[in-house]
Amino acid sequence: MRVTFTANGKPVEADDVWEGESLLYVLRERVGLPGSKNACEQGECGSCTVYLDGTPVCSCLVAAGQVQGREVRTVEGLADESGLDPVQQAFIDAGAVQCGFCTPGLLVQTHDLLDRQPQPSDTDIREALSGNLCRCTGYEKIMDAVRLASARKCEKAGASE
Amino acid sequence: MSTRTIQGQKNLQDINQASKDGIGGSPLRPDGTLKVKGEFAYSSDLWHEDMLWGMALRSPHPRANILSVDISEAVKLPGVYAVLTHDDIPGSKFYGLEIQDQPALAIDKVRYHGEAIAIVAADHPETARRAVKKIKVEYEVLTPIVTEEQCLDPETYGYVHEPHEFKSHGHGNICHSQKLVHGGGVTDEIRALADVVVSGHYEVGMQDQAFLGPESGLAVPAEDGGMDLYVATQWLHVDRQQVAPVLGIPEEKLRLTLAGVGGAFGGREDLSMQIHACLLAQRTGKPVKIVYARDESFFGHVHRHPAKMYYEHGATRDGKLVYADARIVLDGGAYASASPAVVGNAASLGHGPYNIPNVRMEAIALYSNNPSCGAMRGFGAVQACFGYETQMDKLAAELGMDPVELRQLNAMSEGDPMPTGQVIDSPAPVAQLLQIVKDRPLPPPLDLDNLDVRTLPGALSNTSHGEGIVRGVGYSVGIKNVGFSEGFDDYSTARVRLEVIGGEPVAMVHTAMAEVGQGGITVHAQIARTELGVEQVTIHPANTEVGSAGSTSASRQTYMTGGAVKYAAEAVKAALIEKGRRRYGWTQTDIILLGGKVISEAGGPLVSIVDLLGDEAIDLTREHHHRPTVPFDKETGQGFGHVQYTFCANRAVVDVDIELGLVKVVELTAAQDVGKALNPLSVIGQIQGGCTQALGLAVMEEIIVKDGKVRNASFTDYLIPTILDVPPIPVDMLELPDPHAPYGLRGVGEAPTVSATPSIVAAIRQATGIALNRIPVRPEHLTGTL
Repeated sequence: MRVTFTANGKPVEADDVWEGESLLYVLRERVGLPGSKNACEQGECGSCTVYLDGTPVCSCLVAAGQVQGREVRTVEGLADESGLDPVQQAFIDAGAVQCGFCTPGLLVQTHDLLDRQPQPSDTDIREALSGNLCRCTGYEKIMDAVRLASARKCEKAGASE
Repeated sequence: MSTRTIQGQKNLQDINQASKDGIGGSPLRPDGTLKVKGEFAYSSDLWHEDMLWGMALRSPHPRANILSVDISEAVKLPGVYAVLTHDDIPGSKFYGLEIQDQPALAIDKVRYHGEAIAIVAADHPETARRAVKKIKVEYEVLTPIVTEEQCLDPETYGYVHEPHEFKSHGHGNICHSQKLVHGGGVTDEIRALADVVVSGHYEVGMQDQAFLGPESGLAVPAEDGGMDLYVATQWLHVDRQQVAPVLGIPEEKLRLTLAGVGGAFGGREDLSMQIHACLLAQRTGKPVKIVYARDESFFGHVHRHPAKMYYEHGATRDGKLVYADARIVLDGGAYASASPAVVGNAASLGHGPYNIPNVRMEAIALYSNNPSCGAMRGFGAVQACFGYETQMDKLAAELGMDPVELRQLNAMSEGDPMPTGQVIDSPAPVAQLLQIVKDRPLPPPLDLDNLDVRTLPGALSNTSHGEGIVRGVGYSVGIKNVGFSEGFDDYSTARVRLEVIGGEPVAMVHTAMAEVGQGGITVHAQIARTELGVEQVTIHPANTEVGSAGSTSASRQTYMTGGAVKYAAEAVKAALIEKGRRRYGWTQTDIILLGGKVISEAGGPLVSIVDLLGDEAIDLTREHHHRPTVPFDKETGQGFGHVQYTFCANRAVVDVDIELGLVKVVELTAAQDVGKALNPLSVIGQIQGGCTQALGLAVMEEIIVKDGKVRNASFTDYLIPTILDVPPIPVDMLELPDPHAPYGLRGVGEAPTVSATPSIVAAIRQATGIALNRIPVRPEHLTGTL
């Protein structure tokens, strides 16, 4: 089958898609967006998290056909011409990236959290990210990164008011 | 021919960034920007025009004879390009890290649940899956050999490897064993010297590395009849050494390049998909990619050895250890993997960082029909630490002593002998590390009036509002070796090139080191900056064009390959200065490189590196060999067996819901001597990550194996800690230099994984009063329903 949808603002078209393919597979293998990661492919690890019509989902659990005509935003779509998103920069600066395999999913999930809740408590952060497994960091630097991104975003928002 | 083999140029883009950060600073990872943009090419991201997908058929039985394999239906499936069994292997049919006892594809029998029997290449992963299902295997299912009793009685229960095919150093179903006797050993006379004796049987479940990036890689057949393999591994050269003979090609025709690695923790030390992808590429003449799904990953790599241990300690009434006795039985599973070295560690480190005048130890690894076990972070020292640290708490209770004071009273320090007779010849601040974690303020007690239930045991499940919650505190300390031991020369190679690019001096560092996330490439760039006084450093992709860097394991890479980078950079510096002496007739002996200039420390700048180098490049390669070690004596375990020791102490604070048996670790404190933190941010990241894997082993992580069958090969059923399970992990670093090590550094990655688990279990014990002799601790252990 053919699937057409919007990925990071651009129309994409995937041909010869087998009905059993996931959105994750189509992104990684058919439309050249391998940033979303394939750590468990059963919705347990969060590495494949993308926005689907503005809501974070595990793209491994979304059948390719379900995205027909919809909007997908992946980790590749977080940065813009002006540079990295503050969440991305904070993950680098705080040392929250080691092997980095969990990072794309954590970035999308954190991006969503800070959009909904610009100044989350530590427990709010832990709740929001509890579906994203990381095996390297022990999460401490990830906590630091989210706090840092929150502070920078709030500072920026304050400055622009 | 390669159209989009991603690893290589692209990963280098941001590594060219300039920075002033040398050693001791915390510059940002050179691959960080690519990683946060989703553009870093992991092994599972590789793509090649015309590429096929490989997949393996794996045995559903832990022990069976293979009566027949019928591939005829699979081959007929449209889109299938090859179906191979062991009959199709052109070269050697066996491989292995230490002992070549594992068939690349099963030959006439399978020895563990998940052993690969046949492999398929097809044009789509689903086609490959369907083809795998169409392969018909006729089995004669046998009763698996899985318990210690069964393994030790092969006459009755059978041999995992028949005597005529046995390749290991042991016998029967014993893969490897090591004894150790120190002082007077443990005899009735020695026992009589002790006022107090404590003993116990302890058990450790099978832990998985559970790295997130699944085993994967891309094999591309080359025109010279060789093969290019892009793969996530821990040691490129040892992969090549094992794969080339199976393909029947000389090693130089097999070129390996490191693809992006999504974590390792020991699980990539053995081969997984390497041989299979190469065999399929060799047969079809097409590039072949293999990516394991998570369930296959659980079958596709070795795990941490489960252990059954007996410990006995005798002490005087005032708490001085008189003797210690132990027997550690490790289940190595079907194939040897790293079992011999794991046994060596268990035996030599298994009595902990304590001065004990009389010691006896026996460690053995069994062959069984359980999953193969080998390297995992902590490597033979983890299991033992749970045993001896539990004993220390028991002894303290028996003596009515403070558990930290008892440990400090017996703690070893520099100049003391290990039970192997090896004298510790660099700092060993065991008592000090314990004091640091003890002195940290405790987290505030539960405030029942101001509760966020998400912070309690059960967390988001909302299972308690403070009722039935009991707090406990526990301590532990552990010892780990750094580098490969027992006479092995695990040298590292580094190539450093200095040249002028765009008017700037630029250093390039080329090693075969597997960057698995630890940040070794960041440190290499720091070392080059410090030694060569340049700002810009390029990291060359890791491949087999340069000599071996050894394995990214045993906490050794910064020590070994970092050391090689240091020596290669020093050689480049010497050559550059020599060039200046020849040209300018310098006679000064105090010449250094700093800020892009050649400087006499007394006389000031002599010339810029750019002017001195001109169009020339200085390109030198050096090997770094650590000081030699020797094998342990087989019967007494004596010998200078280890390169370096490393120590970590922990304090755990836990809340336990005693009604439901749920545990929440409230805080996990760590103190570790790191010698010299070349990159403090990365060092702390290693310690916190290491503590977290130890937390997993303490309270949740275990591969459940029943009658040889794996029951939980998924992240749904094999639980690793989430961000809700992991508490704040405050870290204190000591920097006491080791005079034998480059920059005085000490390997850091493993010690916290060794030491942290027992502190958590001790805290649960203190909260509940339950003995807890087995890890991971499960709810049913705490509620009495088991």
